[in-house]
Amino acid sequence: MAALTPELLALQLLVGLALGAIYVLLAFGLSLIFGMLTVVNFAHGAFYMLGAYVAFAVAGLTGNFWLCLACAPVVLGLIGYGVERFLVSPLYGRGIDYPLLLTFGLSYVLVEAVRIIFGKQGYPFDSPAALAGSVEILGNYFPLYRLFVVAATGTIVLALWLFVEWTNFGLIIRAGARDPEILRVLGIDVGRVWRLVFALGTAIAAMAGVLAAPLQGVTPEMGDSMLIESFVVTVVGGMGSLGGAVLAGLLVGLVVSLTSVVAPELAKLSIYALMAAVLLIRPQGLFGRAGLLG
Amino acid sequence: MLEVKDLQAWYGPGHALQGVSLEVRPREIVALIGRNGAGKTTTLKTIMGLIPRCQGSVLFEERELLGLPTHRRFALGLAYVPEQRRIVPGLSVRDNLRLGMLADTRGGHEAARIDRIAEVFPRLKERLAQEAVTLSGGEQQMLAIARAIVSQPKLVMLDEPSEGIMPVLVDEIFELFKKMRRDGQAILLVEQNVELALEVADRAYIIDQGRIVHHAAAAELLADEAIKERYCAV
Ligand SMILES: Nc1ncnc2c1ncn2[C@@H]1O[C@H](COP(=O)(O)OP(=O)(O)OP(=O)(O)O)[C@@H](O)[C@H]1O
Ligand SMILES: [Mg+2]
Repeated sequence: MAALTPELLALQLLVGLALGAIYVLLAFGLSLIFGMLTVVNFAHGAFYMLGAYVAFAVAGLTGNFWLCLACAPVVLGLIGYGVERFLVSPLYGRGIDYPLLLTFGLSYVLVEAVRIIFGKQGYPFDSPAALAGSVEILGNYFPLYRLFVVAATGTIVLALWLFVEWTNFGLIIRAGARDPEILRVLGIDVGRVWRLVFALGTAIAAMAGVLAAPLQGVTPEMGDSMLIESFVVTVVGGMGSLGGAVLAGLLVGLVVSLTSVVAPELAKLSIYALMAAVLLIRPQGLFGRAGLLG
Repeated sequence: MLEVKDLQAWYGPGHALQGVSLEVRPREIVALIGRNGAGKTTTLKTIMGLIPRCQGSVLFEERELLGLPTHRRFALGLAYVPEQRRIVPGLSVRDNLRLGMLADTRGGHEAARIDRIAEVFPRLKERLAQEAVTLSGGEQQMLAIARAIVSQPKLVMLDEPSEGIMPVLVDEIFELFKKMRRDGQAILLVEQNVELALEVADRAYIIDQGRIVHHAAAAELLADEAIKERYCAV
């Protein structure tokens, strides 16, 4: 067990926030898609992984990280749109388990496809040159790239919040999570809204994949455990609550990174302990509305 | 302008509408009355495209509506105020009103339209920023109506607009229906409060067990105690 010096603590807090940021982005999409479409999207981890691989391919061609960050969400947004349109939407009205099983199967197909195309082994992914190295803050050295991940996620979350609060489409999202039928009656093509929401959630997952790639490299299985942990985050935050996803994502990231210093073998277990503790006190999650699933 | 012919609808195996035919002409208020479970709500929902299993014919300005999705029916000028008002919780009065304007892109500037509709509903005007679910029942009903008519539909269908509302506000709402008729809109009105509905309506249909069983001028029905007793006693 490492001695928990203030320097190490500060570093681990940043590591935790960066990991938490990735959780936030994934949980945001999961929560959005569940809140609007009542779809438990088991392909979300595979979309995250695909985003990282699109970035890997773009980086191989151009060497430009910023281009990766721009391309992956666009490509995955289109894929998400198509998946909702042709695979998920025919299952609406049949119960929550149909889309769940479909996306579960889809994630296997996607992971296997990536194994066939890119190989089973993973690849390292360099962080962009401008963000390599560390910066000194108050005598402590922090890896610049992790700071960037936190800042980038903060920007994305702020942009999404402004979008949801201040645009017409955001108004549709806020209302549609509560009462989709009234939107229909007021002339809104709800099917189209759902496709766009699914595409948006998928694009955010892709962005998370690109941001995570320099931290851990890319592997076909990188989305598997992230998916489960992001589900935990949405459950802790409250299914369908976007603010909850942010708070719970950061919380889970911090808990994992701090436990991994003190007791590395308990790091992943701590996530589930946290979930159990939150659910015992608040069964609907930190910000969940009771009865959303009912 | 609205011609419903032999409309049938099902909930699973339940045959809720077994042949409903009715007509609403321009600038007319038509009441649809009948006892609990007769099929009034189902009739409105089927016309709006909210009941998946149905057959028959619904012509709106000579266009067949059956088969069109709900939002396309709205775009043709058909509006529906569902029972229980369905105000969206978590949204302000203004945002609830904005919901009614999202699909209608021809209507012009948003702020101007909110001002215009707020003139019609002074009670809402003072409360635009307030969370909508904190309004009284009657004010919520006004909001639901405002939200449905802000896009200036040609025909408005309302499901029990007087339910659970203070009498003063009911009077205000029914005065508004007369004004809408003067302004050229048509109304299909479902009401439990039969006397009230027949006083404002031009014509009325009585529905029972999923079928239209009687149809007459409203004034005539208002005087016909026997019919009212038979089909409308709760
Ligand atoms: N969602 C549903 N599922 C199954 N059956 C339904 C459903 N909604 C209504 N019904 C049935 O369809 C029939 C017509 O119901 P509807 O709601 O149209 O009646 P109504 O005239 O509006 O009654 P009320 O005055 O109580 O509002 C009733 O027998 C009712 O039980
Ligand atoms: Mg009813």
